[in-house]
Parts: sequence; structure tokens; C-alpha cells
Amino acid sequence: MKRFLRSGDFWSGLALAALGAYILSEAHRWVYMSEDGPGAGFFPMWYGGIMVVLSLVLVAMSVLRPARAAEVRWKDVGRAFTCWIAFVGCVASMPVLGFAASFALLTWFIIQGMFGERARIAIPVAVGGALGFYALFELGLDLALPHGIFF
Amino acid sequence: MDIVSGLAHGFQVALSAQNLLMCVIGVVLGTVIGVLPGLGPPATIAMLLPLTFKLDPTGSMIMLAGIYYGAKYGGSTTSILLNVPGESSSVVTCIDGYKMAMKGRAGPALGMAAIASFIAGTFGVVALMLVAPPLANFALAFSAPEYFALMVLGLAMVVLLSGDSLVKALLAMLVGLWIASMGTDLFTATSRFTFDRVELLGGIDFVIVAIGVFAVGEVLGNMEPAKPAEMLPVPKGLRNLMPTWDDMKRCRFAFLNGSVIGFLIGVLPGAGSTIASFISYGIEKAVSKHPEEFGEGAIEGVAAPEGSNNAETGGALVPLLTLGIPGSGTTAILLAALVLWGFKPGPLFIQDSPELFWGLVASMYIGNVLLLVLNLPLVAVFAQLLKLPAYAMYPLILGVSIVGVYTSASSMFQLWLLAAFGLLGYLMRKLDYPTAPLVLGLVLGDAMEKALRQSLMMSQGSLSILLRPIPTALLAIAALLLLVPLVRKFNAYRVRVVEREVG
Repeated sequence: MKRFLRSGDFWSGLALAALGAYILSEAHRWVYMSEDGPGAGFFPMWYGGIMVVLSLVLVAMSVLRPARAAEVRWKDVGRAFTCWIAFVGCVASMPVLGFAASFALLTWFIIQGMFGERARIAIPVAVGGALGFYALFELGLDLALPHGIFF
Repeated sequence: MDIVSGLAHGFQVALSAQNLLMCVIGVVLGTVIGVLPGLGPPATIAMLLPLTFKLDPTGSMIMLAGIYYGAKYGGSTTSILLNVPGESSSVVTCIDGYKMAMKGRAGPALGMAAIASFIAGTFGVVALMLVAPPLANFALAFSAPEYFALMVLGLAMVVLLSGDSLVKALLAMLVGLWIASMGTDLFTATSRFTFDRVELLGGIDFVIVAIGVFAVGEVLGNMEPAKPAEMLPVPKGLRNLMPTWDDMKRCRFAFLNGSVIGFLIGVLPGAGSTIASFISYGIEKAVSKHPEEFGEGAIEGVAAPEGSNNAETGGALVPLLTLGIPGSGTTAILLAALVLWGFKPGPLFIQDSPELFWGLVASMYIGNVLLLVLNLPLVAVFAQLLKLPAYAMYPLILGVSIVGVYTSASSMFQLWLLAAFGLLGYLMRKLDYPTAPLVLGLVLGDAMEKALRQSLMMSQGSLSILLRPIPTALLAIAALLLLVPLVRKFNAYRVRVVEREVG
């Protein structure tokens, strides 16, 4: 495989070039300049254009002068993504389970699933943490936390 | 209001029971997060910001500022005892601080870090108090073109000094500008980049981006298992923490160097406390009679960087409060906080909100004294925090992030955005994109577009309005700052090609 295809700069540059093109295409639909002065499309047209140019420069640099990429430790990346998916799952479950139960599940998963602690540590910390948050914010500070179907 | 009566009024405000309590909470929390590696002031301030909406703005600002400068005191403890910087600005302190601790002088190193931080931190507040009012008066003459040019210069400096790649820093800033322009355009009522979502008509709340990128992104980045570092013991008793008279004499110049360099670097947008501490360490070594001792446990190598990173705080607040231009991620969040509370940082800020400005200045004097007390006799207590398991901290950060974002708008959509920006923050770290330009682009984007469009309205669309003396000078400096590294890079590339051809 070509070295530049393993470069984060190459792929992020392409993604940003696509974002820049999207900004330009949207800005094209809005007024650029009117009698009253610059319109809604004026500023996005400029920064979108600069974004396309710079991201293509990044892509070109990664192709022409591919740096020896540091070895990606996929296990570590996998851990970060697992944690992110757990966080997304926590947010998704809130309309059903409510904040306290969803947060307790997230805490339990991080402590036992990701840090390998025993259930006798993970479960009390998860339940205690969720109840602590509920007591402090919902009851103590009168801030509304996400509520589920049951509570 | 002159400086003396302003300061007297400020102490009246800062010494009220409520504001004093907020100051104590801020500096204690700041020390705690400074001691804990992996959680910085931007993440903490962003997480706590939504929780301050129901509180008094003056007290809230005193607390958030306390976190900002308190973290810099706490960061040195971890550097000296663990050889791991608690804060990025304490990286340099590891060099000589840890060596001193290895030689059994952890006490004087910790004591000197606290004393230098106190002296330089206080110098920074004095300088802020003296410099800010005249600068604000000067900036009263600024109108839209000057503001636009000033913001361009601020962004250029942040971009220049963020990370290794200028292109990546510029791209991060442009993404920030894009996020800032989402929502309804206030000039023409056009909906921009809303993806047909009603929730996006009002734009994306800055708090969500800041918490996502700094707090959630930080947690995801810290999921990688780190090697446990061994902590050196903290000497017991205040006497064992105090530097000797000889140590104090050796550090005379370091106190002055750290104070002045820290403040001056702080005023420049983008430079930040890490650069300030590196520069003052370099100067200290260059003028020292014993440069060979640096890196082997020289006490000046602790005093100079610790002093400068604390004096930087006062400097960084000058452009923030008098011009409305933040110079770093943390000050960008403080600017957003002021705007959300209904204040308008800029030349009229001191006149319009004397209670907040002078209350904040006075609270910083009090906060520095509190921090000296906290970081000398109580340093052993704070050091115990380093024994806290990481698994206890990360769910706590995620929980506070969720609560902070949800309570600001009571919308599940905001939580989905939080998850998205958390992932963005992680990817930016992984791909070496600096986060500060993104946050600054987001904070300044709206005001910058407004200033540019107002300028062009004033001149019926002609860019010649930017050729007035002040905007021309500021834009020329910004262009130079961005072009010089590119020219240098091109020249280095040209030399390599010529050498290859000759060889």
C-alpha cells in the first residue's frame, strides 16, 4: 500500500476539502454582495475557499512528502472508540432509562469493562456516583436532568 | 474611576462573604485540577460554565478565574513529585524540579514553586490593573475595521503558535469559523448550515463545542493505558518546605524574569503560559553564573518557569477584558462566559462593569494569597490526589459534561452534538490538529464576520476601508506572521533540492 494512504493528513485533508466544497456550494446559493453591503454568502465563500485550498495543500504535502507515520496503536484507538460508543449508548438510553440509570451503566462499563476492576468495586461506584449526581444536581441545585419513561 | 478608588471598590466586592467563598472554591478546584494530570482548566471551566448561569456573574467570574490561575500553582506539584506535568505550562518545571526531588530537595522545590508563583502572580495582577485602563481608553477610538484587523491578528498569532503545522492550525481555525456561522444570519435572516434542523436555527452553543472538544475529547484520549509513575514523598512540616536564604538569593533574578516575561507573553494572543515558561527558563539559564547546573536540579530552573506561567494569567486578561480578544482556549471560554452572562468585554468594559472588573482584580490578589497558603502547608494533602484511580475520574468528567450541556438547554439534541464534538476533539488530538484555533475561530467568528460586514457597509463594499492606518498595520503584521514561516519552509526546501542536485 502507498505510504500516503496510511497518512492521517491525507484522509483528514480530503475530508476537509469535501467540507470546504460543501461550504462553497451552500454559500453560492446565498447573496454575496447587495446594495446594502455583503450578504449571507460573503464570509462563508471566503473561508470555504481558503479551506479547500489549504486542505488540498495538506493532501498534496502528504502525497509528495509522506512522513514516516508513527505506528498507530489500534488497540488504544479501539479503547477510545469503545468508550465513545458507550457514551453514545448512554445518551441514547436516557429517554428510556433516565439520567441516573444510564449514567450508572456507563460508569459500570468504564470501570469494569475498560479498566478491568472487579464488580464489587464497579457496581457500588456506579450506583453511588449516579445517586450522588442525582442528589446534587436534581435535588440540591434544582437542575433538570434527562428523565426516562420510568423516572 | 481611578485605580485607587477602583481597587478599593474591588476589595469591597471581593471580600463579600459570597464572593470570598467563590474565590476559595475556584482556587481549591484549580489546585485540584492542576495537580491531576489529564484534566485542564479549559475542560473544567467549560464543564462548570452552564452551572453558573443561575449564579451571580461577578462571583462566577471570580470562581472561574480562580480555577484558571489556581491550576498553574497545582501543576508544579505533579511535575516535581511525579516528573509528569499536571498542566502543560509546568512541563519545564519537571526538568529541575524532579531532579531536586530525586536529590532529596522536594520540599524546597515545592516551596520555591509556590513562592515564585505568588510573587509573579501578584506582579501580573498589578500590571493588569495598571495596563488595562489606559489600553481600554486607547481602544475607544477603534471601530469595525480596526476590530476586524485586531481579530485577524489575534487569530494569526494563535494559529502561528499552535502546534507544528501551520496548515493544520489554519484549517482548525476555519472549521471554528464554519461552526460559528451556523444558524440564522442576523443581517439578512438567512438560515445557514442548519441541515433543515430547527434546533440549529439559533446556531451551536459554544459551551457544547468547548465541553465536547476539551472534556469528552480529553477522556477519550486518556483511555489509553498509561504506565503508572512513582510518586516521590512530600517532606513533612512547613520548615522542610521552605527554601533556604541562599536559595532565595539565587532566585532574585528568576522572580523578576518570570514576572516580566510571563506578563508580556501573556498579553500576546496565542503565546500562552507554556511558551512563557520555556522562554523565561531559557533566559534564566543564559544569564546564570552556573548554567551547567540547569537540568541537574537548579532551583532557579523551578522559580523562573513557575513564576512566568503565573504572571501570564494577568497578561492574558488584558486583551480579553479591554479588547474582547482572547489569546487561548481558556480565555476564549472566559470570553464566552462573559458574553453569556450579558457583559460586553471591550474598551467600555471597565467603565460599564466596574464591579466585575475591579472585583475580579481584587479577588486575584486574595486568590494568590490563598494559593500560597494552600500550596505550602497543604501540599501534602493535594499530593494525595495523585493516588486517585483514573477510573473514578473519567465517569465523573463525562457525567458533569452531560449535566452541563443538558441543563443549558434541556434538549437531547444538544447531547448528541456533545457526543459528536467529543469525537471531533479526540480525532483532532490523534491527528495532531491543535484545538485552540478551533475554539478561538468559534468564539471570534461571529464578531469577526459582523465587523467585516459593517466595515464594508461603511465603505459601500470597498476593501479600501481596511487601509486606514491601524487596520493596515495590524493586517500587515498578521500577514507577516503567517508568511514568514512559509517563506522559511520554502527556502529550506529549495536549499535541499539544490544540495541534492549538486550532490
